[in-house]
Amino acid sequence: MTDPGDRLLLDVRGLTVRFPTSDGVVQAVSDVSFSLSRGETLGVVGESGSGKSVSNLAIMGLLNRQRTAIAGEVLFRGRDLLTLPPDQLRHIRGKEIAMVFQDPFACLHPMYRVGAQIAEAVRAHDDVGKDRAWARAVELLDHVGIPNAKSRARDYPHQFSGGMRQRAMIAMALVHNPSILICDEPTTALDVTVQAQILELIEDVKREFDIGVILVTHDLGVVAETASSVMVMYAGRVMEYGPAREIFAQPQHPYTWGLLDSMPSVERRLAALVPIDGSPPSLLAPPAGCPFHPRCRYRFEPCPTERPDLVAPVPEAHPDACHLPWDDKLREGAKRSVDRVGEAA
Amino acid sequence: MTFYIARRLLWTIVVVACVLAITFAVFYLMPAGDPALRFAGKNPTDQEIAQIHHRLGLDKPWYVQFGKFSWRFFTGDKYGWPGLGYTYASGTSVKSLIVARAPRTLLLIAGAATLWLVTGVAIGVISAVKRRSAVDRLAMGFALFGISTPVFWLGLMALYIFWRQLGWTGGSGYISPSDSITGFFSHMILPWVVLALLYAAFYARMTRNNLLETLGEDYIRTARAKGLSERRVIFKHGLRASLTPIVTMFGLDIALLVGGAVITESVFNLQGLGYLAINDALQQDLPVVLGVVLLASVAVALANLVVDILYAFIDPRVRYG
Repeated sequence: MTDPGDRLLLDVRGLTVRFPTSDGVVQAVSDVSFSLSRGETLGVVGESGSGKSVSNLAIMGLLNRQRTAIAGEVLFRGRDLLTLPPDQLRHIRGKEIAMVFQDPFACLHPMYRVGAQIAEAVRAHDDVGKDRAWARAVELLDHVGIPNAKSRARDYPHQFSGGMRQRAMIAMALVHNPSILICDEPTTALDVTVQAQILELIEDVKREFDIGVILVTHDLGVVAETASSVMVMYAGRVMEYGPAREIFAQPQHPYTWGLLDSMPSVERRLAALVPIDGSPPSLLAPPAGCPFHPRCRYRFEPCPTERPDLVAPVPEAHPDACHLPWDDKLREGAKRSVDRVGEAA
Repeated sequence: MTFYIARRLLWTIVVVACVLAITFAVFYLMPAGDPALRFAGKNPTDQEIAQIHHRLGLDKPWYVQFGKFSWRFFTGDKYGWPGLGYTYASGTSVKSLIVARAPRTLLLIAGAATLWLVTGVAIGVISAVKRRSAVDRLAMGFALFGISTPVFWLGLMALYIFWRQLGWTGGSGYISPSDSITGFFSHMILPWVVLALLYAAFYARMTRNNLLETLGEDYIRTARAKGLSERRVIFKHGLRASLTPIVTMFGLDIALLVGGAVITESVFNLQGLGYLAINDALQQDLPVVLGVVLLASVAVALANLVVDILYAFIDPRVRYG
């Protein structure tokens, strides 16, 4: 085995993203820290507007630097991507870190052939001829399971089904054997059966190329199937972060409990689902104290005023941001313990 | 693709036939005054008027007139094809009149269209890329000026400054390029610029807005995520998708100007098609007006056809849809 430090790909420290708008400053992401190693699938979970997508766009350098204030560090193999000049960042983007987006219907250019769009990604970083790039595109389309890749490469995106488009997006992301693949809700826009295929494809790719995967989703079921570690986000902050095994066996944060209670499964009847009351706070003026306290059924005195730090409540537990005593977390968490469908290695 | 073009072509013919019927109805069935009065001299007798009516075919029922008119149009008359008849005023053929005037208008349009397309799109792209900068504000200020300034005022001011005061350009009037190529350019440069200014302003605004909208699309984010250079993202991915509505506008704008550049033609005394139509409309020389209107409508119908075909080339979704 190699030194574990060698396998560390990404180390994000205190990432904070602010959007100044005419209505005030949107506090999209606040003080988010996590790391990613080779062979790891990090599931990032949260409702819409919890800052999960924005964090990843910040890592990719896809936020407009003039209209966003970004603080913290994004260390990719020791280099801080946030301070890298745009032309150097461009050489990492798509080559070292690739991204698959949510809506495959909108993410491919409608006026260029699928093969040409992948070949363009090849030529963005490799100085090869058009024919070589096209051959590579066909090879990748074939690899991600597009039948008749050679002729389908000449199709336009509207001739592809949703699942095929997402496969094409994954093929495009794999062009340069990146070490990190960020998947931003890759299955949300797809049919359930196709969802499973795409998740499987991402897992295969991870294992085959020994890369790190960040899987952003609002679907805990997806995370349960594939993630090796989980970060639960709410209102731009990390609520709970730890190995997937622990998060599902012994969830520690009331928000995670809420997500689990509202998650349908085959065994659970619809009537047994408990939704989380209320809606996520405005990020223009997030609540004081714990951002989740207005919706939390377990809140007590300190919650509205003191913001809990993300710390491990006891040495053997993973970090969470909640004031509840450890005994309560242990008791309530045990009620939500989930048998995971497929244990990730 | 062939089927698509054939279908569009058929439609074009139908449209031209409809236009023929409508223009005929407007000018023959609802005349503002009796054209015969113009030929009859002072204080004509009823007999003289009837005679002229007979000579012009105006005594026949409308459907006979329309039948003859359409027949002549499609099969040609003694002046050749398409048969447009002769003018009431001088008895010369309408076709020769139009053939003589058309180059003036077409050259005016060609020069102006090139100018406005290039400058309009260029300014729009710069504006979109440098959004909210001083350059953007300046460009959009220019656009507002171009859109809100009347062409006749701009034309007269341009003539006054560049011809009378500075003497940099030729004055009003038309010089054929076969007579003097430098004279042609020095007389055309002002009409080109003045006509182009209005359209360049429109095109700059449209390009800017389309491009800004396109740059917010998900596939632009994909292009950036691939690690493409910003230049490539904007020109290859952004501009390509923004261009479709501009192509449509461009085709129609050019076609509409065939009969619609009247003000520019008048200010600069170019005596093109629009000027011809207006003049003869005022004198109730119906065959001439009809000829110009038909030509202008055919231009619009053809432009539509060309735009539709171009559209299919630009956007594969149309081709396969």
